[in-house]
Amino acid sequence: MGKFTEDDLKKELETKEYEYGFYTDIESDKFPIGLNEDVVIAISKKKNEPAWMTEWRLDAFRIWKEMTEPEWANVRYEKPSFQDISYYSAPIQKPKLNSLDEVDPELLKTFEKLGISIGEQKRLSNVAMDIVIDSVSVATTFKKTLNERGIIFCPISEAIQEHPELVKKYLGSIVPKTDNFYAALNSAVFSDGSFCYIPKGVTCPMELSTYFRINEGGTGQFERTLLIADEGSYVSYLEGCTAPARDENQLHAAVVELIALDDAEIKYSTVQNWFPGDKEGKGGVYNFVTKRGLCEKNAKISWTQVETGSAITWKYPSCILKGDNSVGEFYSIAVTNNFQQADTGTKMIHLGNNTKSTIISKGISAGHSHNSYRGLVQISPRANNARNFSQCDSLLMGDKCGAHTFPYIEVKNKSAQIEHEATTSKIGEDQLFYCNQRGINTEKAIALIVNGFGKEVLNKLPMEFAVEAQKLLEISLEGSVG
Amino acid sequence: MLKINNLHANINGKEILRGINLEIKAGEVHAIMGPNGSGKSTLASVIAGKEEFEVSEGTVELNGEDLSDFAPEVRAHKGVFLSFQYPIEIPGVTVTNFIKTAINETRKAKGMGELPAKEMLQMIREKADLLEIDRKFLSRSLNEGFSGGEKKRNEIFQMAMLEPQLAILDETDSGLDIDALKVVANGVNKLKSEKNAVLLITHYQRLLDYIVPDFVHVLYNGKIVKSGGKELAYELEEKGYDWLK
Repeated sequence: MGKFTEDDLKKELETKEYEYGFYTDIESDKFPIGLNEDVVIAISKKKNEPAWMTEWRLDAFRIWKEMTEPEWANVRYEKPSFQDISYYSAPIQKPKLNSLDEVDPELLKTFEKLGISIGEQKRLSNVAMDIVIDSVSVATTFKKTLNERGIIFCPISEAIQEHPELVKKYLGSIVPKTDNFYAALNSAVFSDGSFCYIPKGVTCPMELSTYFRINEGGTGQFERTLLIADEGSYVSYLEGCTAPARDENQLHAAVVELIALDDAEIKYSTVQNWFPGDKEGKGGVYNFVTKRGLCEKNAKISWTQVETGSAITWKYPSCILKGDNSVGEFYSIAVTNNFQQADTGTKMIHLGNNTKSTIISKGISAGHSHNSYRGLVQISPRANNARNFSQCDSLLMGDKCGAHTFPYIEVKNKSAQIEHEATTSKIGEDQLFYCNQRGINTEKAIALIVNGFGKEVLNKLPMEFAVEAQKLLEISLEGSVG
Repeated sequence: MLKINNLHANINGKEILRGINLEIKAGEVHAIMGPNGSGKSTLASVIAGKEEFEVSEGTVELNGEDLSDFAPEVRAHKGVFLSFQYPIEIPGVTVTNFIKTAINETRKAKGMGELPAKEMLQMIREKADLLEIDRKFLSRSLNEGFSGGEKKRNEIFQMAMLEPQLAILDETDSGLDIDALKVVANGVNKLKSEKNAVLLITHYQRLLDYIVPDFVHVLYNGKIVKSGGKELAYELEEKGYDWLK
């Protein structure tokens, strides 16, 4: 784990507020509110998409119209009114950027506030980054280095133009349009996101990263990520998310599809820090996300997530273990404070022989929040010798929050080995006093205890993210013990 | 160094300490003995500043400064250390990480920078050797799955690292076999100096064979009912507490 920069942390703790809650005054091109076939066509046109793509979207829209919002999750909220949202917002800028110097200076300032100094990053760190603000991708770094190895890392809108064969083949292949209400909506209106292709046998030399930011008010963000790791390749991908503090709820409905072909490995890490709403539970992002990956023979997909933001989180990054000997992993820390609600977990679908999955879920609830783990482990009849290990731990702070666990296990093959462990604990006065007595104040003690609790998951994050995630955990739980 | 004047403390309205007077000077070792429920552990907790106890009367002073208004961590920064009777588990936090945090927080409170990693490591090794602690032990989660003896040894290890002015050892001998007791006592003796003081809280005279007190006090029903030299401990061992009631 990285060095604790105590002073930085102190400064951040002093601010006590959601620090990404600023709004950047960038001129933007925004659609009027409402959703119908014309809007779907208009989005497609705006993106200059080929006819097949427009048709694909319209099909999704028709499917979506027939669907109703799911209600099974353990969350309570006022449903968004889908006709009151603007489905497209883009910062206005020059049509084609050739270098970062051409980026709108206001936009660059935004990046700096977000802690993304693209210029610096270019020289110093080994991360290639795509940045999506509202509905469009605004900057992708390190393109050239990646190109040399045949790696494609670009906005998905660009991939539709330049690599239609890959997009056609894989888009919607893992999360079909009919999958669920939000996935159908996303398929109809997604405006951008990241696309990534790692060719056969190539190990991606750097972390690929996408930074998502909702800026405009009254808009929804519907990004679409498609990541294909061809045979024997390896990639580690990170995503981070922030949004301005607003009174109204903002909708975020993303779809992420991962394809790991034979012997490929994908490591997908998320630090989600959308605006969680204020202390009274006003505002915040509705985060309804569908993430799923497919593993072919001997392939491995590993999801790691640190979820600290959003008013409502509804998210189940899953693995379809289709190929023999494939491996799926899910490591999660979900923090809820104040009035946040999270219903998150994973699905491990074992189809191939000797498939293995591991689930480590750590839920931390404070304030009046509710934190649910929901997971499915499914062993199909033809999956011989499948193995799963699940561990779900909950940590409670105070006596007004809730932790819930909904594990579903469906085993249709006798050779399967399934283990499930669950614990619930509370940060006790005794623990705090013990730390205090050693000179550690309560705020720091909570950070220490929480980081210890989440250690198995934090250890899975790439270095740069682990430090950020640790700090985020501490900030999210600020003021949670009276 | 430590001066307790007419200290009264209660928990949920129930008075436990009923007027304690005690003075400990630098370089001294004091032992507090007494039967169960006499208020020994409460006294330790009140000095350390545990908030569930309410001090209704009296003061606790450290080097002439009244500690009443200070939070437990501030008292720790000022040099008060309590070795817990029942050390608390913190899963996922290693012994090393915990003590590192404690030391750096204390340094920060004193306006000092973090102790450089190299010096920290060296100090950890030195003190671990002093208490015959295996290096592997240092990367285990704090007190999680520790035996009684390991927990106590770890408390004294922390004390050695933090170098407090006043060390209160609450029933440090309980749960220790004789070999462990010797190691712990030896550690405490080596750390003792003219500048610091030790307050031992114990049931039995056994510990006092190894850490020899300058003064022994008997606590009964929230009050110190008798004080004397180390011979008092033997007397108590022989006669029990009944004759003091």
